[in-house]
Amino acid sequence: MSTEPEYDEITKTYTTGHEWDGIKELNTPLPRWWLWVLYATIIWSIGYWILMPAWPMLSGHTKGYLGYSQRDTVNAELQAAQNDRKVFSEKLLNADLKTIENTQDLLEFAMAGGKAAFGDNCAGCHGSGAAGAKGYPNLNDDDWLWGGTLDEIHHTITVGIRGTHDDTRLSDMPAFLSDEILDKGQIRDMATYVRSLSDKTIAAPTGTAELFQENCAACHGENAKGSRDFGAPNLTDGIWLYGSDPETLITTISYSRKGVMPTWAGRLDPATIKSLAVFVHTLGGGE
Amino acid sequence: MTSRPDTGSSKTETTPVIPHEKVERASVEAVNKAENRSLYAAQKKIHPKRASGTFRTIKWWVMIVTLGIYYFSPWIRWERAPGIPDQAILVDIANSRFYFFAIEIWPQEVYYITGLLILAAIGLFLVTSTLGRIWCGYTCPQTVWIDLFLVVERFFEGDRNARLKLDKAPLSLSKIAKRTAKHATWLLISILTGGAWVFYMNDAPTLMHQLLAFDAPLTTYFWIMILTSTTYLLGGFAREQVCIYMCPWPRIQGVMMDEDTLSVMYRHDRGEPRAPHKKGDTWQGRGDCIDCHQCIVVCPMGIDIRDGMQLECIQCSLCIDACDEVMEKVGRPKGLIAYDSLANFERRAEGKPEKIQIVRPRSLLYTMIMIIVGGAILWGLMHRDNLEVNILRDRNPLFVQLSSGDIRNGYTVKILNKTHQIRKFTLSVSGLKHYRMQVEGIQESTPDGLPIIEVNRDRIRSVKVYISVPRSELSSHSMDIIFTAKDLDGTSVSDNKTTFKGPAK
Repeated sequence: MSTEPEYDEITKTYTTGHEWDGIKELNTPLPRWWLWVLYATIIWSIGYWILMPAWPMLSGHTKGYLGYSQRDTVNAELQAAQNDRKVFSEKLLNADLKTIENTQDLLEFAMAGGKAAFGDNCAGCHGSGAAGAKGYPNLNDDDWLWGGTLDEIHHTITVGIRGTHDDTRLSDMPAFLSDEILDKGQIRDMATYVRSLSDKTIAAPTGTAELFQENCAACHGENAKGSRDFGAPNLTDGIWLYGSDPETLITTISYSRKGVMPTWAGRLDPATIKSLAVFVHTLGGGE
Repeated sequence: MTSRPDTGSSKTETTPVIPHEKVERASVEAVNKAENRSLYAAQKKIHPKRASGTFRTIKWWVMIVTLGIYYFSPWIRWERAPGIPDQAILVDIANSRFYFFAIEIWPQEVYYITGLLILAAIGLFLVTSTLGRIWCGYTCPQTVWIDLFLVVERFFEGDRNARLKLDKAPLSLSKIAKRTAKHATWLLISILTGGAWVFYMNDAPTLMHQLLAFDAPLTTYFWIMILTSTTYLLGGFAREQVCIYMCPWPRIQGVMMDEDTLSVMYRHDRGEPRAPHKKGDTWQGRGDCIDCHQCIVVCPMGIDIRDGMQLECIQCSLCIDACDEVMEKVGRPKGLIAYDSLANFERRAEGKPEKIQIVRPRSLLYTMIMIIVGGAILWGLMHRDNLEVNILRDRNPLFVQLSSGDIRNGYTVKILNKTHQIRKFTLSVSGLKHYRMQVEGIQESTPDGLPIIEVNRDRIRSVKVYISVPRSELSSHSMDIIFTAKDLDGTSVSDNKTTFKGPAK
């Protein structure tokens, strides 16, 4: 709302003629240094265009006299951080796994590095909390296919499971149906038998115990407690990698399961693999 | 831009009316004609004259005390413990601690700082509502440093009249010498001001050596440079412009003042009508103001207190001193300019006695808030626990089923040892029966099997704790449990509630 400027007796100043709900604006001059500050910022911006990257061009942008680049800064900072870490990384490389876990600063360093590396490399299958999923083991519990000591975990990460390493962890359960070892009826009975091992409410069908000893005990053991030498799971506990319902068990026995974990040697540096081993070992199930 | 109302002079020239023959006409415009006024106002140099009197003396003391506190308090030592800084006042940014004599504040306790800020703000409200702009006039750093810079200016260039003369004088060797000496001293003060600032963030004696040897951290020099330039610019040049254009406080405080607020005021009811006065003239039929302008020449803001309350007035009370001196000389009572309230003007007009009303609902309310907040801070500091425990429950996974069928939960337990001794704590859990506790990286334990966690002095230790119980012990999918950390010698105990999660029943 604009009206004619009025003369204000008290301040001896005219109003601008602008009025909002009865509030009028005095036309007070701006301090001159304020204008200088404006000019100074303009001069500053011209200097900035010359010195710093500023204008977008058709391809790329003006680089500026100083050649500043945030990407270079980040790289330099990352390099510096890496150099800082080197002291610890080297200690980590030279220390054996047990020493790492018993030295507070090394443990904290390994845990921090291991956690980051786990998030980048392992969480895709094992989950960000390492709780696993169907076919991908939960690393928090105390059930280990290939062993839960620091060295065993370290070895598993290094060589992988059914990976590309010469010494990779390898277990080869037969596909009992497609290999024509058992028929469908036998497999259904066997599934019931396996479930009865951990669930006392289920009765084992007659003859299945003998069938188990003939076909499975070689790897899973006579007492079905499994064998870490073959990566054969304990069938008597409450933890199931693929599930313990009849359908899943029948599929597992019929066609076998061949989960894969990559070989990490060569993909990750030895210090990172050590950190990962320590991290996984301290998730709660480590032996 | 809308056009300004016409004052009439130019219109009479262009309008073809037949003029009266005997009236002389001239082609001239008013010098301050609205259209010719600049959009920008140049800063007018203010040369305040040195005042002397009660308030000037108070202000000298306030200046000495406040500047003394600022420049010297980082040098006060306060013995704590070996390895802990012995500086009485220290903002230890690297180790995130704040030391103030016997008080030590951790980042977790930043609410003490919040409390202090509340106290400072309400204290400012209280003072402003009762005594007006005391903060602006006496203790604001801008006011104090301007005062200090004026002392320097006066020392090298003389008082107001000498400075006015020097400004007009042509460039000469003595003028250059005076100006150089003044600016050099200003810069020195500025550097010391910036220098004192960084001592609050570092061990002062150590940093002093580093600064003099030019091997202090670069950020230190950077901060000194920033504070040097702001002190020099704001104290030497910007001065009153800061109060008028930059500071939000003059605009905010209007809402805290009312008719009973004491402010520096010209008692126009006694002073008007003003006029020059000669010795022997009568005082009958006129006011006490002899229009000597002494109140204006001492004003650091360069304003006239007789124009009434104004944003520019920082209420430094120097005009009271100047006017009192004049009143004494002309033989009239002091206090033509004085601390007074608007209500007193009305009371005098109505013939009622004057009254100073400090206790008002507003000031009582502010005092009450200050007592409550101050009391809370004091209580907090007196009951400050030197042991604090934070429990973070694992959320991913919420719980883990072990091969035995047991359910396990994971916790990150952070133990804060705020003492200056290494301490050992035991950790136990109540609310669960037959639980097993496993603390990563801890081997030591008490005879009855509780883990012993050693925490370094003045440090936090974070440990991973796993609790597992048989499934039969779980009465619900979420059970309330309590972690108890206990000092080995039994002096401090900390109970911390958390939950234990399991599968839905």
